[in-house]
Amino acid sequence: MNKTLNQKAWFLVLPAFLLVAFTAVIPLMTVINYSVQDTFGHNVFSWVGLEWFYEIIHSSRMHESLGRQALFTTIILLIEVPLGIFIALNMPKKGFWASFSLVIISLPMLIPGNVVGTIWQIFGRKDIGLLGHTLAGLGINYNYAENILSAWITIITMDVWHWTSLVVLLCYAGLQSIPDAYYQAAKIDQASRWSIFWYIELPKMRGVLLIAILLRFMDSFMIYSEPFVLTGGGPGNSTTFLSIDLVNMALGQFDLGPASAYSLMYFLVVLLVSWVFFTVMTSIDKKGDV
Amino acid sequence: MAKITFKNLAHSYLAHPKSPNDYALKKTNLTLEDGVAYSLLGPSGCGKTTLLNIISGLLMASEGKIYFDDKDVTFLDTVDRNIAQVFQFPVVYDTMSVRKNLAFPLKNRGEDSAYIKKRVEVIAKSIGMEDILDKKASGLTADAKQKISLGRGMVREDVNAILLDEPLTVIDPHVKWELRLQLKVLHKEFSHTMIFVTHDQTEALTFSDQVVVMNDGVVVQIGSPEELFEKPAHTFVGFFIGSPGMNIFKADVMHDIATIGNVKLKLKSSYKKLTGKIELGIRPEYIKLSEDSGDIKIEITRIEDIGYHKIVRAKHQDMNINIIVPEDIKITKDFKYASFDTNHIFIYQDGWLVEPMGGSHE
Repeated sequence: MNKTLNQKAWFLVLPAFLLVAFTAVIPLMTVINYSVQDTFGHNVFSWVGLEWFYEIIHSSRMHESLGRQALFTTIILLIEVPLGIFIALNMPKKGFWASFSLVIISLPMLIPGNVVGTIWQIFGRKDIGLLGHTLAGLGINYNYAENILSAWITIITMDVWHWTSLVVLLCYAGLQSIPDAYYQAAKIDQASRWSIFWYIELPKMRGVLLIAILLRFMDSFMIYSEPFVLTGGGPGNSTTFLSIDLVNMALGQFDLGPASAYSLMYFLVVLLVSWVFFTVMTSIDKKGDV
Repeated sequence: MAKITFKNLAHSYLAHPKSPNDYALKKTNLTLEDGVAYSLLGPSGCGKTTLLNIISGLLMASEGKIYFDDKDVTFLDTVDRNIAQVFQFPVVYDTMSVRKNLAFPLKNRGEDSAYIKKRVEVIAKSIGMEDILDKKASGLTADAKQKISLGRGMVREDVNAILLDEPLTVIDPHVKWELRLQLKVLHKEFSHTMIFVTHDQTEALTFSDQVVVMNDGVVVQIGSPEELFEKPAHTFVGFFIGSPGMNIFKADVMHDIATIGNVKLKLKSSYKKLTGKIELGIRPEYIKLSEDSGDIKIEITRIEDIGYHKIVRAKHQDMNINIIVPEDIKITKDFKYASFDTNHIFIYQDGWLVEPMGGSHE
């Protein structure tokens, strides 16, 4: 077959290509470029190959941050997902109170991360903070600046406060889409509350839950401003998560090469986990349909 | 299984209903006999589903009482009423297999597993699903899912009634016939009281022993398909059942003479003096056409040949008259007269059938 060759079509792709180039490809290439070079300032660079990657992979500093990060993300997912489902299940379904609770629930999400950090920093202070002062008054030893456990509890509580609403909203939307007939049928079949949840609500929420978990995983894995404002990564390094560590390395120590290698690997970890999670969940979905 | 009785039952979705129009279901007294297949027939929004949900207890009636046999169940929970209901759209538990879906109502009631297994197989057989019992329900077609819903409704032997809320809406037309037939078979087999809600007269007339016709929140007639056809108790029934529906003319009635427009018709019997809106009704099947003589002069506007009979659309002055003529009779526009079969003329007062003096028709 004789096809007409028309290269004009490339022009149609050009705007999208340029957009992607400026937002993703060029910044990413810059980072890749840094990650294989070393510099001693004055804009002089020298080629070092994969040395930085090797160093970062074997650095206990990255391992520790990654461990803390994984622990943090696991804990908040374990709290936020069930809590979000629970709240969504118990929210009013219609009328004034439904809109009212939606607004109240969404408020924390609208607050920028560094403001959330500041709010909790003040909230937890012993001298002027409501929480810190109350706990001190009760004789509880709470100090997020000195005590590791206090710092972790505060950061986790803060994240749960900030982001559970996202899970709630998504689950709520999923629940709203279940036709009344399902509940009526369940009533007639004499299903228990647990059965209704397990056989009707949870399966119908699966799609939105997948998105909620994925978003919460990515977001929490990249968390920066809230813990940075609250504890600055301390006490010691106990709340130094990956992105805090990375910023320290890149902008604090100005180790551009290692930091670039670090950030690329960081990016790959997020990508890999998301991909695995998504693939596994959708393949379970497909299996269910056959 | 039980006889279902409504006493002065009414329902309004408003908290403080003021006028009769605020009621979705107006005051109803009705008895549904045990083991009979009923249809609730009426246009959308006439209160069928409301009535159904009141029976199943998904809705609590705002006034009146409902009894299963002699037991007052007005305030009883759905679970305690022991009712099965199938909905307009298939409801299956997606993550369960077909078998588990069918077993679910029995399992929840704590039946023993040997019985459940046996019973599920009986039901699976009667809905033709014994081969796919272990398949997951989520991947099936809408027809199959609705069959599962039907099966789940049928699986409990001791239910007081099985309620079907327009269950064939989502089903393809050719499968509809099959499912309706299956429903009839299931009814014969298990002889549950069945209440089938529909707005489709064919569905109602083919499925049920007794049809309950509703309009505007009122039960206008309850009877066998023949009764509804031969003797509509309300102009609505006459009009709603049959295709085309009954001819209904504004009329004046004096003793045994009815006047339509300026035509006088001799009736079979005499009526007492009537007030209000008086109408005369006759089914298109009982009007005969003639070229030269008859009760009423007409002008034929259109003849529709629909195969097994012809529908003739005609006019007398500004009144429309529909006439059904058997396929083998030739009709032309030269037919200028129509005669009414007096055995099938009914007189209605404010919509409701009036019996003549000295006994009823036939």
